[in-house]
Order: sequence, then C-alpha cells, then structure tokens
Amino acid sequence: MAEYQNIFTRVQIDSPMYPGVPLPRGGVWARKGGGFNHLFGRFGDAQIGPFYLGTTGLLSLICGFIAFEIIGLNMFASVHWNPVQFVRQLPWLALEPPAPANGLHIPRLQDGGWWLLAGLFLTSSVLLWWLRMYRRARALGMGTHVAWAFAAAIWLMLVLGIIRPVLMGSFGEAVPFGIFPHLDWVASFSIRYGNLFYNPFHCLSIAFLYGSTLLFAMHAGTILAVSRLGGDRELEQILDRGTAAERAALFWRWTMGFNATMESIHRWAWWFAVLCPLVGGIGILLTGTVVDNWYLWAVKHHVAPMYPHVFAPVIDPATLPGAPK
Amino acid sequence: MSHSSAVWPARATASALLIAALASLCGCWERPPVDTVQSGFRGTGSQQVIDPRLDAQKYKKNAIPEEIPAADAEGPPATVIFQNVQVLKDLNIGQFTRVMQGNAAWVAPADQSCNYCHEAVMSSDAKYTKRVARRMLEMVRHINKDWRSHVGATGVTCYTCHRGQPVPEYRWYINPGQSAEGGLIASNAGKNKPSTVAGLSALPGDPFTPYLLGSENIRVQATQALRGTDFSSIKQTERTYAFMISVAEALGVNCNYCHATRALEMWDQSTPRRATAWYGIRMVRDLNNNFMVPLTSTFPQHRLGVLGDVAKIACVTCHQGVFKPLYGVSMAKNWPELYGGDHPVWETHPAAAPGDSAAPSAAPTPDSAKAPPTAALVAAH
Repeated sequence: MAEYQNIFTRVQIDSPMYPGVPLPRGGVWARKGGGFNHLFGRFGDAQIGPFYLGTTGLLSLICGFIAFEIIGLNMFASVHWNPVQFVRQLPWLALEPPAPANGLHIPRLQDGGWWLLAGLFLTSSVLLWWLRMYRRARALGMGTHVAWAFAAAIWLMLVLGIIRPVLMGSFGEAVPFGIFPHLDWVASFSIRYGNLFYNPFHCLSIAFLYGSTLLFAMHAGTILAVSRLGGDRELEQILDRGTAAERAALFWRWTMGFNATMESIHRWAWWFAVLCPLVGGIGILLTGTVVDNWYLWAVKHHVAPMYPHVFAPVIDPATLPGAPK
Repeated sequence: MSHSSAVWPARATASALLIAALASLCGCWERPPVDTVQSGFRGTGSQQVIDPRLDAQKYKKNAIPEEIPAADAEGPPATVIFQNVQVLKDLNIGQFTRVMQGNAAWVAPADQSCNYCHEAVMSSDAKYTKRVARRMLEMVRHINKDWRSHVGATGVTCYTCHRGQPVPEYRWYINPGQSAEGGLIASNAGKNKPSTVAGLSALPGDPFTPYLLGSENIRVQATQALRGTDFSSIKQTERTYAFMISVAEALGVNCNYCHATRALEMWDQSTPRRATAWYGIRMVRDLNNNFMVPLTSTFPQHRLGVLGDVAKIACVTCHQGVFKPLYGVSMAKNWPELYGGDHPVWETHPAAAPGDSAAPSAAPTPDSAKAPPTAALVAAH
C-alpha cells in the first residue's frame, strides 16, 4: 500500500487545481499562473501558484533588482569588467560604504554614494515586501505573525545598515555589501569593541538562534513520530487532543518532565526565532553608542572573570620613558 | 519496482555532490594530528597550534649555513690595507675579509661572488650593489646595537633576511590596489580583493604602508567599558586586523602568542612577546624610513615597485614563518664584526625591555635531521 511522506515522497498527490478562497478584490497581477510540478511534489505540494504579485510586490522586486544591479555592476567594474575574474574573485568583491571622514554627508557616487543608493533601494525593497506580506495575510483573514517575524529580521538589518551608523555619526560604520567583506566587517567589529562574545545581547541572540534549531528539531521529530497516530493533523489535535497528542506529551514528560502543548510549541518556536534578531539588534545598537569595550563591561559587572596572570606583568612599552615612536 | 529506479539518479547526484564537497574541503586542509602547546592560563584556549609536518619543512628551510672561521684578533687595520673603507673602519684585515666572505656566501649570487658588488678596482663605488651593501652593513650594526629591545642578544646578520639571495625573498612595495575603473565607479578603499598578506581575506591588501612606513596608530580598542575615550573607526580596525594577520603569518603563530584574545588591547593580560613585537614594529618603521627609503634613488628601476618605491621590510623579511628567525639560533653571536664599535659583549646582555629576549640557550645546534624545536621553545617562554 502506498504511503504518504512530505519529503522524497514516492506518491504524488494529484488533485484539480485549487485557486484559493474567494477574495474581495485582487491586485494588479492577482492570481496568475499555476500548474503542477513533479519535482516540487517530491518535496511538498505539487501545485504551483496561483501567484499574487500586486503593486507592493512589483515595486519591491524592482527596488531589489536596482540594488542588486548597483552592487553587482560595481563589483564587476572593480575587476575591470573581466568575467573570469568576476567569477573567481566574487566572494572577495564588495560595494564599500563611505570613508569615516565622510560622516553623515551625502557622498559622491564613487566615494560611497553607490553604497548609500544600494542601501536605500534594498531597504525600500524589503519594507515593500513586508507590506505585501502583511496585506496578503490580512486579505486571507490570517494573523500577521509571519510579517512580524520578518519585521524582526528587518530590524537587525536596519540597525546594522543605517540606525547605528547614524547614531555613530558616520555611514562608514556600516557593513559593506559583499560576501567575505561583510564577514571581515563582523570580525573587525568584534575586535574594535572588545570582543562581542561578552555582549549579553549577543549571548541571548545566540541562545535564541541555537534554541530555535533545537526546538525545530524537537517539534518536527515529535510530530513525525506520532503522525502514524494522526499527530500530523496538528490543528485538530490542538482543539481535540487525541492519542497522538497524549503520547507525544507523555514522551516529553517521561524524558524531561515537562511538555509543551500542541499549540504552545508553535509560540515557543515563533518567539525564539523572533527574539534572535530582535535582541541581536539591541546588542549591535548599544555597541559603540553606549558600550565601547564589552570585555571590560563584562568584568565591571562581574559577568566575566579577570584571569590570573601566568607571565610577569607586561608593561605597555609606549608608556616607558624614552620609548621609540 | 519502478519507484526505486526513479530514486536512483537523485541518490547518485546527492552522493556525487557530497564527495565533491569533501574533496574541495581536503584541498585547504592540514591533516591531523597537530600539536598544541599551552601558552596562557589553563582552560582559556591560549595555545599555539603547530602542524609538525609543516614545521619539519620549515625547520629544514631554516638550517644555518656553514660557519666561516673566526678572524684573527691581531692584524693591521683594514683602513690601512684597503682604500675607500667607510663603514667597517674599526675592523682589522682578517675581520674585514671575513665580513666580505660572509657577504659573498649569504648575499651574492654564487656565480658572481665578489663581482656582484665590486669592480676590478675593489675600492670603486661604481656598482649600485656596493653602495647598497655599505648602507646595509650600517643597518645590521644599527639593529644589533640599538634595537636589542627587539633582537635581544640573538642579533642579526645579513643571512637573517638574505638567505643566500641578493634580494631578500620577503619584501614589500606600496600596493596601489587594483584600482577600479575610475569615473563614477565605486572605489574599493584598498580592500575587497584577495589579500595575500592578510590570510587571503578581503581586508586591506597593503596593511604595511600605514604602520611600517607611516606611524598610524595600531591600537583601536577602548581601554574603558563605556564610550568616551576611543573613536577608532571600523575601517581603521580592518587595517589593524589585516596588519596583525600579516604579523601572525610572518611568525607562524596564532594571535594568542602575544595577546589574550578575549582582551586584545590589555597589556597586563598579554604575553611578554607582545612587548618584543611592539619594539619590532618600531624597528621596522625605523629601518624602512632611515635605511630603505633613502636608498630609493640608488636602486635601478627594475628593483623598484610599480609606484617607483624601494623594496621594504616587514616582519616576514626576517622571520620567514618562524616565531624567532632561524628558530632563535644566533649567528650574530659568532660575528663580532657585525656589532661595530667596542665589540660585542656577550657576557653582558642588557635587559631588553620587558621582553623574553634571553639568549635561546634551548636552541639546539642546527641539524635538519632533528625534529624542529618549535613546541619546546614555545613552551619554554
């Protein structure tokens, strides 16, 4: 007998095209397209579409494309339009924010103006996409949980890219658009501000990040384990607890003494995911604006120990009389 | 079974991708086991990671050349015998000739020997190489006499940098970066290219000019918890970071050879090696500005960089991937000629400011068949 699985299923769920619930009014390109894809069916729903683009979606894609082109073409120019070098060096290439001396002035295009423009279009794109998400959820009569979770991620992006640089008085504090360069920025940021691992909001953010993956694995594992008992019908189980929910709950009480409920596990997961960028953004916002050295901050507040000396005390040579320049 | 035949290509593709990913990882991978040597308080991860196989290769490369027998202390002054002696005026004929032998062995190409610097008339200054060599001898004496804070009692000889080559292998020129197209194209601020001197990161490609030629401040970390004392930018930090990577690579060590990485800026948590390195940076700055740069017009065009600047010194020029050049073996000990003035004085070692610059008595006689002493030496200090 055929069995149904969500991923790598051997059975294709095939049904007539379902266009969705009736809506009061559509957008510009509302509900276009649709069909079935065998490969998609192996991983999830075989039905593709219908699509809803709408005004906000269309504007978002245009803004995103402009930002992508500004970044990509400047990268391409930085290797003198050599396609081979563009591919080879792509991970190193970047669009750099203005020099620190520029402060918060609008720079010339070549001196960081392109970076500012790319940021403007990228921000517009992301905010428009957020609006689209919010409005589509409302149109379907749904809650707006996904939009607010997305907003948490946007918060972190804006703190890094514009809010903190403005508070610091320099666009040069922001992150370059590039693969390795943004990682080098992260390392330098931690070095400059006395080791970000001692930033308590960074600690919380990591806890929520790893916590999210843990919760995801626990929840998914639990539901898959009781799906043979009807546990994958989570909504029904929330309202009318069946044997699947009872067994799953008992499993966790046996193994760790406590269980989330069929409903609360989703709130756990949502808050863990949302709090990860939310507290992370707070940690970034405080760095440099309030706290200048997180290790010393942590020592001051008895979060971190000052380790015992293993060498004879080292004196800063610059403070010795007659030190070379 | 029709469905299993449909699954097969997917599995094969997944396996092939996995193998390809593993293979690509192995390309940039040093195989275990590696040695770790504790170099700070227990449990803080303060340890040096040493790949014994790479270390063995390095040790071979850093073998000490054959010793040139010491000169007779008695003999007429070199100035009496030779003409146009300007630097080595304090040496006698035997000592003077010994330095020339050293130069021939350590610096001059084997097929040219004396002729690399000298015309048939030995006193002639016609060749630029001779004029450079004269200044370099002054530099070696300057280092041994005035920079004991960095080189300690180990000292340097021509061989420390030259290693048998007329131009030291590890040198640097001002790197103009790969300029963008110009016009309206965004400038890349000297970064965002594979930086060969900074661990192939995208950090600045020339971290030397600001610190080893100029005297830009390397320190970018605040020394108090809250804002108000330090206003270094992230871009300054990126330059510092790139420079520090180049130092670590030049010495073949990890950051915590000198620093407690949880508190990079704190001197009282650093190892004494950090002070030695601090003097080293000032020493290189001094040598570049007072010895190399003034020689710019002495060198022919083909010895200069793309911007017409002279070859310059960095940490790697002497260290060549080893925490102490030549694994701390002192060649200079047997070369009083390279100290000048009132001769060396091996019985009194001036305490080289708070560094660990004691003579490396633990260093064995060079013997490429032996195991490298890295672990023992790192642990000893």
